[in-house]
Amino acid sequence: MEDTTPIDSSERWIDIDKLLTRNGNLVGPGFEPGPELREFLQQDCKVLCIGAGGLGCEILKDMALSGFVNIDVIDMDTIDISNLNRQFLFRLQDVGKPKAVVAAERINARVPGANVTAHFGRIEDMPLQFYQEFTVIVLGLDSLEARRYMNSIACSLLEFDEEGNPDMSTIKPLVDGGTEGFKGHARVILPGVTPCFECTLWLFPPQTKFPLCTLAETPRTPAHCIEYAHLILWSQQRSHEEFDTDDEEHMQWVYSNALARAKQYGIEGVTFQLTQGVVKNIIPAIASTNAIVSAACVLEALKLITMCSTGLNNYMMYTGSQGIYTHTVAYERDPQCPVCSAGVEVVAPADSTLQQVIDLMLAHPQLGKMLAHPSVSYGSKQLYARGIYEEDSRPNLAKPVRELLEGDEPAALLTVNDKKLSASLRVRLRLKEPQQ
Amino acid sequence: MIKLFSVKDKQKQAAAAAATGKPKQSAGELRLQKDLTELQLPSNINIAFPEGREKPMHFEITIKPDEGYYRNGRFLFDFVISTGYPYDAPKVKCKTKVYHPNIDLEGNICLNILREDWKPVLSISSVVYGLQFLFLDPNPEDPLNKEAAAKFQENQRQFESYVQRSIHYGAQIDGEFFPPCAC
Repeated sequence: MEDTTPIDSSERWIDIDKLLTRNGNLVGPGFEPGPELREFLQQDCKVLCIGAGGLGCEILKDMALSGFVNIDVIDMDTIDISNLNRQFLFRLQDVGKPKAVVAAERINARVPGANVTAHFGRIEDMPLQFYQEFTVIVLGLDSLEARRYMNSIACSLLEFDEEGNPDMSTIKPLVDGGTEGFKGHARVILPGVTPCFECTLWLFPPQTKFPLCTLAETPRTPAHCIEYAHLILWSQQRSHEEFDTDDEEHMQWVYSNALARAKQYGIEGVTFQLTQGVVKNIIPAIASTNAIVSAACVLEALKLITMCSTGLNNYMMYTGSQGIYTHTVAYERDPQCPVCSAGVEVVAPADSTLQQVIDLMLAHPQLGKMLAHPSVSYGSKQLYARGIYEEDSRPNLAKPVRELLEGDEPAALLTVNDKKLSASLRVRLRLKEPQQ
Repeated sequence: MIKLFSVKDKQKQAAAAAATGKPKQSAGELRLQKDLTELQLPSNINIAFPEGREKPMHFEITIKPDEGYYRNGRFLFDFVISTGYPYDAPKVKCKTKVYHPNIDLEGNICLNILREDWKPVLSISSVVYGLQFLFLDPNPEDPLNKEAAAKFQENQRQFESYVQRSIHYGAQIDGEFFPPCAC
């Protein structure tokens, strides 16, 4: 039955108003209680939910019911029958349709006043300007790569002032949620303030990879048989076809060949479910984990925008395999993070050549000690590089640096590499016009 | 916790200034750039970019061992770096058909640091060293080419002559033809 309560009825948001109209001991800094706060949330804010799957459906529901109105959702997938046990916005008749489109329709129909816009496509295909419009971006992703991509987007919007402090108005907050079986996490990323995703990449354990020779000659576990069929047999028998984890026939082929291999070596335990787990890294999903993590994420988004309570600082992990347990850690930024660090500032006259800029770096009190033979790049463009690029990039040394940067900006973020450095270093180059 | 948004300062929510056209680079590419600028290749190893310098994620390394069983051969390795680098190892395949205990007929290479022993702290340099080492010191335990491994263990002199013959003239070994690849 459709709920016909109009959105501006004071009764409807009574629970949210308790958080937004009253002061308290746990509120965030600069909290401005009052009816204008919910107005601000509902009329002026736009939030983006990335993913409309296990976490995404829960996040959209939580957002709509928490008072968010202008919500965008993006997902490149279509609905599969195995999603229906937890991606509750979808029904049997929706199988095959785009997740983002159906999710948006369902939320809009169920929550009066909700304005969810769907985007059926890849996050990589949206321009930077798209992401810039949102107040907060909440991630309900399922891979490291996608998270790293969104992290680099948010961090690329960050600008620094002359002292190397983050310009607050350019901070694009991200709330990242992730789940795997009974475990999950929710974290708040404020580029320039909290560690970004790259700063804490070391948190992730290495992936399980078996030696190729074990797969070829001495398999011992069902996983070995599956990887043999997936990696070795496929490239032998079907090398002209790209293996597609979403293709049912490809998966069945791997499964039946793995079974045959297992039989040959007397190994038990090869099932289709294990095949999916090994090949696609699928871990069975549990609805309650998704619900808990997405609730934490949406609450953080609400707090970030309204300051109605103290925010999560900055990484919460959850495990539900034996009871319910959460633990929150305040990770620290990596001062040398290649994606979000401010870098060291170098000021140069506007008409300097690249060689002159490099000389300034070598003479710089802080940088000079860290560098010996630097290579400099601007984004993906190698300006001057040692090693294999040296000969080709040597002519750039004599060119005015402004020409190489191709922009009118007075400041540019350069990446500097050097054998002496353990990681790339960011340098903020500021070009100063000569005094008139 | 910091206050990022203010009800009073609603201009912040208005369409933001046009995003600066800063070239975006994935963290994987950044790290690859660093590895490539630090790559010091000896004279018998070359690098080429089949898709041009703008696509550094795909390159080819040619190794011409100057000593050992595989001396005077010319072996081409194809490197594909995914966006997950350095978390994900580079994907390397041998494009030259070679009689070697640790390289199979499809070009798969059994090198520990390419799979189970890969760590993000390793680099392209480490992989190139590893590949060179394979030619200097083939490993007959856990082979990808059983017959080559067996031959290497039972009769090293004959193994060497097979290898040298296939490099210089091409050879039919264990039912497979290995075309010449001398440099």
